[in-house]
Amino acid sequence: MYELLTGPMLWLSFTIFFIGCIVRLVMYFKGLSWQMDRVAYKEHMSYGAKGAARSIFFWLIPFGTRSWRVNPFFTIVFFVFHVGLILTPIFLLSHNILLKERWGFSLWTMSETTADLLTIGVIVAALFMVLRRIALPEVRFLTDAYDYLVLLIATAPFITGFMAFHLVPDYNFWLILHIICGEIMLIAIPFTKLSHFVLFFASRAQLGMDYGIKRGGMKGRSFPW
Amino acid sequence: MPEGTLCNKLTVDTKEHLDSLLADKSGKVYYKEMNDLEVNQKALWGIIQKTFRSRFKTWLEICAHCGLCAESCFHYTANNGDPKQVPSYKIQSTLGEIVRRKGKVDNDFMQHCMDVAFAQCSCCTRCGIYCPFGIDMGIMFSYLRGLLFSQGFTPWEMKIGTGMHRIYHAQMDITTEDWVDTCEWMAEEYEEDWPGLKIPVDVESADIMYTVNAREPKHYPEDLAEAAILFHLAGENWTVPSEGWEETSLAMFAGDWAACKMQVETVYDAMERLKPKRMVVTECGHAYRATVLEGPYWAGRKSGQTPVESIHYVEWVAEALRTGKLKIDPSKKIKEPVTYQDSCNYVRNGGLGHFAREIMSYVAEDFREMTPTKEHNYCCGGGGGLNGIGRYREQRNIGMKVKRDQILDTGAKLVISPCHNCWDAIRDMEEIYHMGIRWTFLKPLLISMVEVPEHLKPEE
Ligand code: SF4
Ligand code: SF4
Repeated sequence: MYELLTGPMLWLSFTIFFIGCIVRLVMYFKGLSWQMDRVAYKEHMSYGAKGAARSIFFWLIPFGTRSWRVNPFFTIVFFVFHVGLILTPIFLLSHNILLKERWGFSLWTMSETTADLLTIGVIVAALFMVLRRIALPEVRFLTDAYDYLVLLIATAPFITGFMAFHLVPDYNFWLILHIICGEIMLIAIPFTKLSHFVLFFASRAQLGMDYGIKRGGMKGRSFPW
Repeated sequence: MPEGTLCNKLTVDTKEHLDSLLADKSGKVYYKEMNDLEVNQKALWGIIQKTFRSRFKTWLEICAHCGLCAESCFHYTANNGDPKQVPSYKIQSTLGEIVRRKGKVDNDFMQHCMDVAFAQCSCCTRCGIYCPFGIDMGIMFSYLRGLLFSQGFTPWEMKIGTGMHRIYHAQMDITTEDWVDTCEWMAEEYEEDWPGLKIPVDVESADIMYTVNAREPKHYPEDLAEAAILFHLAGENWTVPSEGWEETSLAMFAGDWAACKMQVETVYDAMERLKPKRMVVTECGHAYRATVLEGPYWAGRKSGQTPVESIHYVEWVAEALRTGKLKIDPSKKIKEPVTYQDSCNYVRNGGLGHFAREIMSYVAEDFREMTPTKEHNYCCGGGGGLNGIGRYREQRNIGMKVKRDQILDTGAKLVISPCHNCWDAIRDMEEIYHMGIRWTFLKPLLISMVEVPEHLKPEE
C-alpha cells in the first residue's frame, strides 16, 4: 500500500497537479482579451508588468493592503493558514527524505518543532475559518458546503500528518491516510476552487495590469492597494 | 416572441421611437410591458459564450466566499449589513446564476437581475480593491447590464438615454445648432464682464479642444461660460467642436455597447477633424471614464488611448495653477473647512486623486480629507446611473447615508465636487437629510478666487 501510494500514485498526483496548474494558467492568460477586458495589455507591457507585480506583492504581505489592515483578525488567520499550508509540505524533513529516496534529490528542511508549530497553526487557523464562517452573518450567508469541502481537503493532510507523527500506536493507519489526503489535495487543486493556488496570481496580475495601464497607472501614481 | 411597443429588445434609433418613450410618464407602460417581455434564452447564451471570458469565469469560480468585500460596498453598510448586499452574493446570485443556467432564465429572474444591477450596484468598483483575488463586481455588473440591455431589460430612463445618444449623439436632445447657439449666447452674455471673451467653435489645431456634459448646455449654460472665462484668463488657445462635444455616456450605464462606440467616435472624429494638441474634459466623472478610459476600447483602438491626449478638468486646473497661468488671490482662499468628493470614475478608476489634492493646496486653507479617501473613497451614492432612475429612488436615498456620514465627519460645510453625478447626489442628499452643507464645482469657485490680469479687466 505504502509503496503504491508513494510510488505510482505520487507520480500521478504530482503530474495531474503540475499539468493541471499549468493548463489553468495558460487557459487564463489565453482567455484575456484586450478589447473585451478593455485593457491594452500588449501595448503597455511595462506599465502592465509593474501594475501586476505591485498588485501581487502588496497582497502577499500581511497588512500590506488596506483590506488586510481593516480586517486584522482575518489577515492573521489567513496568513498563518496559507504560510503553513505552503511551507510545511515543501520543507518537512520526512517529505525530503522520501524525495531523496524516490527522486534522488532533496531541499532545505525545517526543524521538527517549526513543522509542528506551522501544522498546529494551519489546523487552528482552519478552525477559526470555520468559526468565522458560522459566526459572521455576511460570511455565513455566502458559505455553502463546497466551501467547507475545500477547506477540509486543504486541511486534512495536516490533521492526518500531525496524528501520524504524534500518535505512534496507529502510525501506519494515519500515515496512509495522510498520504491519501495529500494526494487528494494535489489532484483537487486544478479542478476546484483550490485552483486559486495559481489563479490568485493570475487574477491579481490581471487587475494589477488593469490599474497599471488603464485605471490611472499611467497618470504618475501607482495604485495604493 | 411577445414584445411591448415601448419595452422591447429594439434599440431606439428614431425620434418617433424616442418620443413615444418620453411620452410614457415615469415609464408606467414601459415597466408594465416589461412583465411580459420574453427572454430569448438562446440569444442570451450566445452572447455569453462569445463574451464571457477567462477573467470573469475565474472571478466567479474562485470566489472563496470570504466576505471581505462586504464592508467595501456602501450599499451593504447603508443597509445595516444586510447579507443580500454583499457584493459577492449580488453577483453570484445574478450573473453567476445566468451563467450556471446557461442563459435559461425567465422574465422574473431578468427583472430581478436588473433591479440588483442598477439599485444595488453603482459599478463603483470599490469591492474589487478589497477582494484578495481582485474580483471586481463593478466590472461584472456593468457586463451584466449589457446582457440585460440586449434582452430589453433596462430601466426606462436608461433606454431613453441610449436613444438620445443614438439620435443626438448626446445624452439629451441637443442638436448641433442648439449647442453652437448656446456657445454664442454664453459668450455674448458674459463678454461685457470679461472683455474679449470668446467661445471659439471648430478652430483647427488649437492647444485645447474642450468637451462637456450635455447637462451643461441644457441646464447650466453658465458652466460653459465659466469654462470660457477660465481658459480666457489662463490665456489658452482653445476651441469646442460643433459636433463631438459630448463626453458622457448613459449608454455605458445601460450597457448599450454599440451606442457607446457611436458616441465616443463622434468625439474622436472631432479630434481627427480639428487636430487639437489636447482634449480637456469638463468636471464630470463618468464622462471622462467613458470617453477617455473605456472609449478607445469600444472604438477598437488597440493603444487604449484617445486619438489625442485627453485630460480631465482637474488635471488642467492643477497644471494651470502650477504653471501660474491661473493665480489665486491669497486673500480669497477658502478659509472655512472644506472637503473634496473623489469621483470613483476619475479617482479610483482614473488615478487623478493627486491632481485634486494639488488644487486644494492652492485654494483651501483648511482642507479636510474624507475617511477613507482618494482611491478608497466611497461612491457618492448616485453613481452608475442610479441618480437618474425613478424606480430605484428609495434605494439610492438609503445608499447615500454612507456619503452623508463621511461628509459630516469631516466637519466641513463646503464640499467641492467636480463631477456632475456626485454633485447631484450631494444636492439631493442635502434635500433629504438636511445636513446644512453647500457644494460646488471647481469653476465658479476658481472664478471667485482667481487674480484677473489688468488687461483682462472690464473698463470701468
Ligand atoms: S472578497 Fe472576493 S473572494 Fe471574498 S467573498 Fe468577496 S468576491 Fe469572494
Ligand atoms: S462596485 Fe461598488 S456598488 Fe457595486 S458591489 Fe462593488 S462596492 Fe458595491
